[in-house]
Amino acid sequence: MTTTERTAASYFLPSDEPLGLVFPDGAAADAPALPMPADDVLLRLYRGMVSGRRFDTQATALTKQGRLAVYPSARGQEACEIGAILALRPQDWLFPTYRDSMAVVARGVDPVEVLTLLRGDWHCGYDPYGANVAPQCTPLATNTLHAVGFAHAARAKGEDTVSLALLGDGATSEGDTHEALNFAAVWKAPVVFLVQNNGYAISVPLSKQTAAPSLAYKGVGYGMPSMLVDGNDAAVVHAAVEQAVARAAAGEGPTLIEAVTYRIESHTNADDATRYRERAEVEEWLERDPIARLKRYLTDHGLLTEQVQQEIDARAEDEASALRERMNVDTVLDPAELFEHVYAEPTAALRDQASELAAELEERA
Amino acid sequence: MTATLDTTVSLAGALNRALGDALAEDERVLVFGEDVGTLGGVFRVTDGLASRFGDSRVFDSPLAESGIVGTAIGMAMNGLRPVVEMQFDAFAYPAFEQITSHLAKLRNRTKGRVELPVVIRVPYGGGIGGVEHHCDSSEVYYTHTAGLRVVTPATPGDAYSLLREAIDCPDPVIFLEPKRRYWEKGSIDPALSSPGLDRAVVRREGSDVTLISYGGALDTTLEAAEAAEEEGYHAEVIDLRSLAPFDLATVAASVQRTGRAVVVHEASRFCGYGAEVAAQLSETCFHYLEAPVLRVGGFDIPYPAPNLERHHLPDVDRILDAIDRLQWDDSAPLRDGEA
Ligand SMILES: Cc1ncc(C[n+]2csc(CCOP(=O)(O)OP(=O)(O)O)c2C)c(N)n1
Repeated sequence: MTTTERTAASYFLPSDEPLGLVFPDGAAADAPALPMPADDVLLRLYRGMVSGRRFDTQATALTKQGRLAVYPSARGQEACEIGAILALRPQDWLFPTYRDSMAVVARGVDPVEVLTLLRGDWHCGYDPYGANVAPQCTPLATNTLHAVGFAHAARAKGEDTVSLALLGDGATSEGDTHEALNFAAVWKAPVVFLVQNNGYAISVPLSKQTAAPSLAYKGVGYGMPSMLVDGNDAAVVHAAVEQAVARAAAGEGPTLIEAVTYRIESHTNADDATRYRERAEVEEWLERDPIARLKRYLTDHGLLTEQVQQEIDARAEDEASALRERMNVDTVLDPAELFEHVYAEPTAALRDQASELAAELEERA
Repeated sequence: MTATLDTTVSLAGALNRALGDALAEDERVLVFGEDVGTLGGVFRVTDGLASRFGDSRVFDSPLAESGIVGTAIGMAMNGLRPVVEMQFDAFAYPAFEQITSHLAKLRNRTKGRVELPVVIRVPYGGGIGGVEHHCDSSEVYYTHTAGLRVVTPATPGDAYSLLREAIDCPDPVIFLEPKRRYWEKGSIDPALSSPGLDRAVVRREGSDVTLISYGGALDTTLEAAEAAEEEGYHAEVIDLRSLAPFDLATVAASVQRTGRAVVVHEASRFCGYGAEVAAQLSETCFHYLEAPVLRVGGFDIPYPAPNLERHHLPDVDRILDAIDRLQWDDSAPLRDGEA
């Protein structure tokens, strides 16, 4: 079917139920709406999720040791974080939020540089141009517009670059999400919007966030194809993002994907999730664990041997201990740097203030 | 440069020429916003640019200010130099979050690795009989935000050079256009070197008092200076041009000579830009001052309806009055809310 043959409804509307490729019991969908990723991709997704979770639990442990000021865990959301990142091509750009440290690390940014923000040393510790990752965004939904502008510029310059904007279910209520979806659709910008619907915006459940049948419907009114997928199924997230990236790269414009998942931990280590959700609900989602599910599939299909599993675990453990070691070092920060990155050149007033601070520090020393 | 020497144009025309020259010289420059394409902007500042440069360089965006600024940020991250138009001062407020949380801060957050050469053009201020939400003087919302440069031309010559410099500048610039000056004619000379993006200039020399102003209020201030001459006061008039950074050196040098200063702007006085100027002058020129630095500004009220705006905007009499009060006499009773 070509685009023109499709009716608006069949082209744009998401499915009623989330699409899946690998079910919680490890069984594969028998009439898949999206292509199952190749075996080696599935194995890479699995590795990535194991490493990602180990990174996440390590970061959470670092908050307990006082090494991180705060950490918003993405535990339970590995299929979204890793499935999406592995579907990007090297030239593509990621526009992440505070929740997406795991995705930023999976994209190739040094984990210590990623954690610079959460350690409280500087607002962004990595060079965005190094791995094509924008600074992690704290104000909700504002990153979606940056993704659109970036992608639009890429097309204007004749470059084959797609932007992936990550956002949460709560962020879909912000005005910027709507402006971004509209701009992207009108400009046919090569952007993929991935909504990680993890059920809550801090304490507010989805039912108080939207009256739409699903968040995937948010794309429909703006004129873009929208998909609803199982966000705990790395295979389907990967397939959906890959298809959306291909559409964008082919000049067919943006896609919105809602991935239904769950945040296993609290909003951040400072939050108490027991105040707003039942333990039984968490238990239910633990049954749908994205890592266990893909492991079942891979094992059942003879793709994951005990030896490979050990090697994957060992590597994740090594990465975590290397991170722990590097984070267990007291950092030395240079207060003079405060004044250096406000403008291209410090103004006269900032030079004065730098001297003022230097004098204060000398006096105190 | 495509502009010729000593051309007489309106301030809006000078801006148009600056945009045209910048678009012609640097293909990374692009202009977008509401109605800036076919219509040429509601004040015609972008007139003819879309047909000259094509709709991939000059184009109408969807109607959403946060969207305009947010996408401009993404474009600048990817190597372009967007110049965007906010249709009127108060309609830039939906973009406030993008401006303050991202445009101003991305350089700092990334230790200088992300540079955002974005210009946001904002027609601002009153004096044209505009209806509600079309007359705000919004400068201090931006000057209070570190990381932004804020400039405002008061003459066609400055409109041209400041806009060219703003577009070339690696920092984000809030470019405030005093809309009541759009039709003011003057000469532009692109070949003459400009005093610089962050420099104030002395528009009129004098020895008795320094009048400090900018944007829409500058002309009223110059008129007041002429009138003061008749009363025997030689007033120096400084046009700030750049509100952030503030050119303290130029202003303080003048005030140290004259010993008296009045800051004139049309924005409300409370926490207005004049408060900053007065504070800096009292910190740096205290021993030179013969009297407190006075502020002449609009009242602390929402911008009034068009038929009342003349009562709000500072006029020549109010400025002359302030000059009179500067001839400091401790026995004179202070007026309520003044000085
Ligand atoms: C503009 C804005 N308003 C409020 C906040 C405070 N805040 C931080 S996270 C959050 C909830 C976000 O929920 P969601 O978008 O679902 O993402 P999640 O945290 O679940 O990944 C809120 C309200 C913010 N960061 N930005």
